[in-house]
Amino acid sequence: MAAASSSARPGGFSLLGLLKTNGRAQVGLGILGLFLGVALVGPLFVEDAGAYVAIPYLEPSWAHLFGTTGQGQDVLAQTIVGTRASLFNGLIVGLLVVMVGAAVGVTAGYFGGLVDDALSLAVNVLLVVPSLPLAIVIAAYLPPGPFTVGLVLVGTGWAWNARVLRVQTLSLRERDYVLAARVSGEPHWRIIFVEMLPNMGPILLTQLVGATTYAIGAQVGLEFLGLGDVGSVTWGSNLYWASNDQALLTGAWWTFVPTGTCIALVGFALSLLNTSVDEATNPALRVERSWRVYLKRLGVQPGMVTPVVPR
Amino acid sequence: MKFLLKRLAFYGLAAFFAVTLNFLLPRLMPGDAAGAMFARFQGRLSPEALDALRRAIGIADGPLSLQYVHYLRDLLHGDFGISISQFPAPVLEVVWTGLGWTVLVAGSALIIGFVLGTALGIVAGWRRGGVLDSVLPPALAFIGAFPYFWLAMGLLFLFGFEWRWVPLRHAYSDGATPEWSFTFIADVARHAALPIFTVVVATLGGWMMGMRSAMVAVLGTEYLALGRAKGLSTVRLAWRYAGRNALLPNVTSLGMSLGFVLGGSLLTEVVFSYPGLGFLMVQAVRSQDFPVMQGLFIMITFAVLIANAVVDVLTTFIDPRTRSREA
Repeated sequence: MAAASSSARPGGFSLLGLLKTNGRAQVGLGILGLFLGVALVGPLFVEDAGAYVAIPYLEPSWAHLFGTTGQGQDVLAQTIVGTRASLFNGLIVGLLVVMVGAAVGVTAGYFGGLVDDALSLAVNVLLVVPSLPLAIVIAAYLPPGPFTVGLVLVGTGWAWNARVLRVQTLSLRERDYVLAARVSGEPHWRIIFVEMLPNMGPILLTQLVGATTYAIGAQVGLEFLGLGDVGSVTWGSNLYWASNDQALLTGAWWTFVPTGTCIALVGFALSLLNTSVDEATNPALRVERSWRVYLKRLGVQPGMVTPVVPR
Repeated sequence: MKFLLKRLAFYGLAAFFAVTLNFLLPRLMPGDAAGAMFARFQGRLSPEALDALRRAIGIADGPLSLQYVHYLRDLLHGDFGISISQFPAPVLEVVWTGLGWTVLVAGSALIIGFVLGTALGIVAGWRRGGVLDSVLPPALAFIGAFPYFWLAMGLLFLFGFEWRWVPLRHAYSDGATPEWSFTFIADVARHAALPIFTVVVATLGGWMMGMRSAMVAVLGTEYLALGRAKGLSTVRLAWRYAGRNALLPNVTSLGMSLGFVLGGSLLTEVVFSYPGLGFLMVQAVRSQDFPVMQGLFIMITFAVLIANAVVDVLTTFIDPRTRSREA
């Protein structure tokens, strides 16, 4: 819960500064940028990812760099087109998850009392009920497609964000500037949206990154089970078809390796970004890091005892 | 005791929520989806199966409140309805066949992953900047970024298809009869090894990093300095003094992540065609067997709630503070 440290200085944080100094952020943003680029312009170079282009299960070759699927589709084309759908759906769902979580968490923390009790109970219940089976059951009752998947993921995924933001609100609520705003008669919505939320910027950012990671993974999972639109090309449906067409038993590793690697790279990049935002906004982590770097430069092995170093 | 009772009441409430949601879900379906679905099955199913379906999706007669009372009464009697795809097998019977396999795989994976990850975390936290601390975390973080089921596909491809070390699917060999003999248990172990390994590999990083940061927080404390001054051995200091005190956050997150680990292992089962709850769930989704789907959801939820309660009891044993707090 180090990220919820109340002493985080929102003013001292900028994305640009992060990019300049933090190697992890550079790598993370670099990978993400690459995938966003592929998602934006990649599909323009692909004619029809669902089209039959060559005999099924062709190994990777110059004609088809990533080989062909069990239905004779080009794996590279499918991966590229899938990137667009999965990345953007993931971002949208991630954003909605954070928004719902923020609405509930901030309301609970700000108003306190009975409102807090009721909302916290709801949040805790939702946290303890296993979300994947719940999502599967709800999705099974709705018409399959990206909208259903998104709705289900937002509905089952916001509780964790609400819990973190509630704690954050509790600590902000008693700050002088919030009390001052309240005394001067500002309406509740103004205090929440103008005074408090902007001060949660870094936490909201890490939450957005985390929620997007969750959204992409869970989305792929549900689609893999066939609860999405299996006719459309997404990362999840690529894996669904790879599994459905018995790719494993025919040795066609190229039908699932590219998509899985993309998912992992994006997830890895997002988690790099998250740690670096954490590091930049949490003074304790920042101090520890710079201290480590400093000691390393002096060739001192950090241990149990605080080393004495020349100034 | 008061703390435990409060937690138990909370789990009761969560169970009630799940049960009620399970009741409302089919009845809240948009438009006349229930009727449409019903019409789709007409002619494909026997009248008895149709009747079971009618009861499950709630186009039974009577007001909602009465249906609810009947639903609760049936649940209390262990009556989850009747499976549609395996008519006329009761849902409970179908679900029961999967429960053992899932408990075997998810349970073993959870315990192995937790113990191994925590131990690695203690070592990594104790020797910060050491080999273990600088090599494993990024590697595990990268592996953890893959979806469980994709790792399962990759491992199955390598170990099952390419190298043929382990069987490709199912919980035991075709033709083997379930019995308490060495050969059968060995057969089951061979089939369960790769699914368990998959989940362990996917979750190891989380446990390790959680334990490592808890260790770091404990390392600066005075009782460790005292222990060192007393001349206690490093092993004793690291494991008994630092490790034990740093364990609590990880045990707490054990409860939190149960549902998550279970979710991942459900997807993993699908890849291995392993006949646990996850595989049953997917089959139920594909054959639109709603009674089974709902029975599985209730069963999985109850399993997670019970496991959470066990973790709570464990926590009070490990940390005396939770016991004294309410006094």
